[in-house]
Amino acid sequence: MSDLTKLTAAEVAKAIASGEVSAEETARAHLARIDAVESKIHAFLHVDTDGAIEAARAVDAARAAGEELGPLAGVPIAVKDVIATRNVPTTAGSKILEGWTPPYDATIMTRLRRAGLVMLGKTNMDEFAMGSSTEYSAYGPTFNPWDTTRIPGGSGGGSAAAVGAFEAPLAIGTDTGGSIRQPAAVTGTVGAKPTYGGTSRYGLIAFSSSLDTPGPCARTVEDAALLHAVIAGHDKRDSTSIPAPVPDVVGAARLGASGDLSGVRLGMVREFAGEGAEPGVVAAYRESVEALVKLGATVVEVSCPSFAYALPAYYLIAPSECSSNLARFDGVRYGLRTGDDGKHSLEEVMSLTRDAGFGPEVKRRIILGTYALSAGYYDAYYGQAQKVRTLISRDFAAAFEQADVLVAPTTPFVAFPLGSRTSDPYQMYLADLYTIPSNLYGGPAISVPCGLSEGLPVGLQIMAPTMADDRMYRVAAALETAVPPLTPPAL
Amino acid sequence: MATISREEVAHLARLARLAVTDDELDMFAGQLDVILQSVAKIGEVSAADVPPTSHSVPLTNVFRDDVVVPGLTRDEALAMAPDEAEDRFRVPRILDEEA
Repeated sequence: MSDLTKLTAAEVAKAIASGEVSAEETARAHLARIDAVESKIHAFLHVDTDGAIEAARAVDAARAAGEELGPLAGVPIAVKDVIATRNVPTTAGSKILEGWTPPYDATIMTRLRRAGLVMLGKTNMDEFAMGSSTEYSAYGPTFNPWDTTRIPGGSGGGSAAAVGAFEAPLAIGTDTGGSIRQPAAVTGTVGAKPTYGGTSRYGLIAFSSSLDTPGPCARTVEDAALLHAVIAGHDKRDSTSIPAPVPDVVGAARLGASGDLSGVRLGMVREFAGEGAEPGVVAAYRESVEALVKLGATVVEVSCPSFAYALPAYYLIAPSECSSNLARFDGVRYGLRTGDDGKHSLEEVMSLTRDAGFGPEVKRRIILGTYALSAGYYDAYYGQAQKVRTLISRDFAAAFEQADVLVAPTTPFVAFPLGSRTSDPYQMYLADLYTIPSNLYGGPAISVPCGLSEGLPVGLQIMAPTMADDRMYRVAAALETAVPPLTPPAL
Repeated sequence: MATISREEVAHLARLARLAVTDDELDMFAGQLDVILQSVAKIGEVSAADVPPTSHSVPLTNVFRDDVVVPGLTRDEALAMAPDEAEDRFRVPRILDEEA
């Protein structure tokens, strides 16, 4: 492995800014690493070698011309394949978008390019971000760098595995019910879901519009904060984007790295203290809270009784929104078209296209959402789920009166073996048990490595109030000073 | 008792424009039944007086300035079309010309 791939994003940016290495060398080192390990990891659906070299050369030219470089200029990044990238294939892990190249960039991509980040390629994911293992990708699963017989989490397993396997120091993920945090937890990496509305959804292929939130994946908390700062902020192209200043997440991460948490109140969520979780996960969680107390934090137990209903509420709200959002895939304007042989009607062609183009989990959720929204069931399912969403937000508000941040395990279990949960969809859904409440409430949450269980990484989840993203970065960075970094065995 | 029948799943699939096969219907009916029985737990919550939350960001009436900005060109919009004719998206016949 080249040394350049072992560096953090902050270190890479510094080396490039000082002229110690060029952005092109850095890009080539990561492309070589991708070449070397992709047969074992399969984190990428598309590697954009030419685009990466071109972007890197532009950074080198800007530096040579004496232009001021941004804090992450020249740093390679992997981007989840649900983000539209101009002229670069974007599939969302689905056959229905095979071969599609978007005619525009998502706002996030525009910001990455402007900041001089170098996109290496697009990462694998569960189809349309529906899943917790990346096994629902239409292009085959991604493998966990810690144990390639196990899942890398999902839906953003490709982004987490790319970062974990040193193929990229940074990646973009999207989190609707845990798709950044759960993969981070099971790959021993850092993943943050910003406040909903804190990062733009323009150009993010919609799954559940009231929940979808793009965010950073990295190996260190500071790197995640640096990337967060590049992509966050108001976007007039997204009507749900919050028109307010971005919290100082980088400053907070650096403050936390001092290892002093005096005056910080942690709330341990009673309902997530172990029910349904593996003993090794609970042990690592409790040890990490003790470590935070040693750094000066105080702990209170908080009760959030409505969290018990977060999973059912989510699996009504998200499928309902997806059944509406995915109506756009009809074989008319882009993507797959099947059965257009002159014998089938337009409606038949649409139905055949959607059956051929969508995988089983996407179909299940479309049917479930159609059911929850249909006359006679709406009040009992979708309507009731929206009320539970209110109760969950009230639980958060009450808990944040007693605590600055809430803590819980990120996911109930470590990376599970491939194939072990695909036959029973509900068993897969349980992976998101602890991550979903923050999505329904809208507040930010981060997963940071907190130890090992049976040799596999465990993540601590830190949840903060809406638009207080800085708080979770401070606590996460402090934990990093107490927990030794987790590095997977050599591939 | 099953919460959802095979016939209901077939009806929902038609509404959702999914030409599912018989095998898929068999599989989905059982799986959706398990999922629905689990999410039905939500009915236990007494929430009659609770207002619904559709969205966590309390923004309403978000407008942008009424300024013309460049959009996709016709060629860009058509570039990824499965089929096109006369600078339009071509689709199978919708109205029967014989009628």
